[in-house]
Amino acid sequence: MTLARPRTLFQKVWDGHVVSPATADTPAVLFIDLHLIHEVTSPQAFAALRERGLSVRRPDRTVATMDHSTPTTPLAAGARAVILDPQAATQVRALEENCAAFGIPLYPLGHERQGIVHVISPELGLTRPGLTIVCGDSHTSTHGAFGALAFGIGTSEVGYVLATQCLLAWPPKTLAITVRGRLSRGVTAKDLVLAVIGRIGVGGATGHVIEYRGEAVRALSMEERMTVCNMSIEAGGRAGMVAPDETTIEYLAGRPFAPKGAEWDAAVARWQTLVTDEGASFDQEAVLDAADIEPMITWGTNPGASIPIRGTVPEPAGDASIARALAYMELVPGQQLLGRRVDVAFIGSCTNGRLSDLRAAASVFAGRHVADGVRALVVPGSQQVKKQAEAEGLDRVFREAGAEWREPGCSMCIAMNGDRLEPGRYAVSTSNRNFEGRQGPGGRTLLASPLTAAAAAVTGRVTDARELMR
Amino acid sequence: MDPFRVLIGRTVVLPMDDVDTDQIIPARFLKGTTRTGLGQGLFADRRYGADGTPRADFPRNRPDAAGATVLVTGRNFGCGSSREHAVWALMDQGFRAVIGPSFADIFRGNALKNGLLPIAIPAEAHARLAAAEDASVTVDLQAQEVALPDRTHVRFTVDPFARHCLLEGIDEMEFLLSQESAIAAYERTHEEPSGRGTSQGRT
Ligand code: SF4
Repeated sequence: MTLARPRTLFQKVWDGHVVSPATADTPAVLFIDLHLIHEVTSPQAFAALRERGLSVRRPDRTVATMDHSTPTTPLAAGARAVILDPQAATQVRALEENCAAFGIPLYPLGHERQGIVHVISPELGLTRPGLTIVCGDSHTSTHGAFGALAFGIGTSEVGYVLATQCLLAWPPKTLAITVRGRLSRGVTAKDLVLAVIGRIGVGGATGHVIEYRGEAVRALSMEERMTVCNMSIEAGGRAGMVAPDETTIEYLAGRPFAPKGAEWDAAVARWQTLVTDEGASFDQEAVLDAADIEPMITWGTNPGASIPIRGTVPEPAGDASIARALAYMELVPGQQLLGRRVDVAFIGSCTNGRLSDLRAAASVFAGRHVADGVRALVVPGSQQVKKQAEAEGLDRVFREAGAEWREPGCSMCIAMNGDRLEPGRYAVSTSNRNFEGRQGPGGRTLLASPLTAAAAAVTGRVTDARELMR
Repeated sequence: MDPFRVLIGRTVVLPMDDVDTDQIIPARFLKGTTRTGLGQGLFADRRYGADGTPRADFPRNRPDAAGATVLVTGRNFGCGSSREHAVWALMDQGFRAVIGPSFADIFRGNALKNGLLPIAIPAEAHARLAAAEDASVTVDLQAQEVALPDRTHVRFTVDPFARHCLLEGIDEMEFLLSQESAIAAYERTHEEPSGRGTSQGRT
């Protein structure tokens, strides 16, 4: 008897979805189990379908919501959101019309299941181990936290998946990132992933699917794993994955779309096989020690430009891109960020807009007040997150501290909806991108964890949140 | 789609690494519902000052760069967001090829699907090309070769399927639609339940 060749988690999920394998001349045809769509990257795909007279092959495997260009302005109880920007209103209306015309379920503005696409799919139990998941959004990598193969696609591909439920793809390479040991107190999943990106670089995982492994990863909750997988794309990774385990199964049990009864038992048995086999090999490997990881913060204009919270901003040493980033950020090399004045704290996004993130932020806000001259925005990732946070009284903590408690959406992560950082201002942000102008033209973003962002809000300065923790 | 075979074009050099798609086209230009007219947002925050006037220090704003069809740039071009608008904006402004040491995955895929050729060449050849402003290059996709202004030739590779599609002017949708029977067979035999039938989960 010959033993089956050991396979990685990625390989197992990939193999299970090959409709026709790659040849020398043609890529593999890959079946897609779940297609998530939103208002910004879908209208041109629906137009392509109409041009060719095609229909949506599997509306039952497609789910839509609106998140990017929708307002997050706080509403009075029972009030309906109004989109003031006519362009955004047109885009949102186009999504409504397209979903109605093609029979796609949509969670529109105001729906109890609406929210950031990468927040709602896991919380509804749509995201599950072993699935292939795509969305016209690069942070689709988030869903890999469940052991799904999930990646962002462009709008042309959104059209292909709508029409055929398949994509063409060449097999990517694999990268194992092992984090040994345990994270220290006050060090979060966000710090872990910023440390990973800092280590391998913003192009370090290009062409690769990452599998996060090791004791520190196993110890993470599902929400924390989502934070890590979410930022895989910031290292250039095609996707990031974590093998499903008890934590995953516990999270999914009872979710609206999770299988029930006998189907659940069969699913769990299947999920338990989704691990990298002993002896399977990766194209590349990196190992980090959790004990070495400090709370991290970015100083530059890409997510790889991070330092420990007590570290110093690097010297350009002849590197033009560092010099440019320092000029944009108006930072002095060799100085600490610690103690620097900030103008805005943004807590939210598909990276850190879930309940545990809001709880962490609230633990810092509790009994304190937002510093003079600082604007603090707390934006829940979804209506569900908002509801749960309010049930726990977190909204009161934020409001009493002088922070804004807003409606769910992408908000100042991408600044498409009017929630914008003003030119020259500094924001400590729990989002995922510190690119020039990302949070508003001329705005300066320091990426960090919810603890660090909340600490900045209440002190008005870049602060080591561990000093505020009792 | 028009076939892409040989491109003879002038270059404009944007000598920066890790140019993300937020720089190529800032998010505030993504609120439309069509693929057209995105050129006005191309590199908007670099091309124009805060008052909206063109910045003299931006390479594309030089008069001799107006007709350039080949963008020469640094490594990891197109990283960040998956927005295909980045490709549409470049093409709307007349670009047909981007040459750099490396590209981000999603950008590369988006570019190939629209007929914008991403050409990865070795660092040494790239450095020579980046040093020559407003140069003329000849890109031969069939031969997978670029002729540089100094008359040297550099080889590049494009994935064979994308290359075939570009040379013939066809798109991937056609190929996927032709896979209908294989897709239907997969759906019958392999597909996992979508979980959408449960009462609580009904959408
Ligand atoms: S929160 Fe930010 S990164 Fe996430 S989907 Fe929205 S815009 Fe994209």
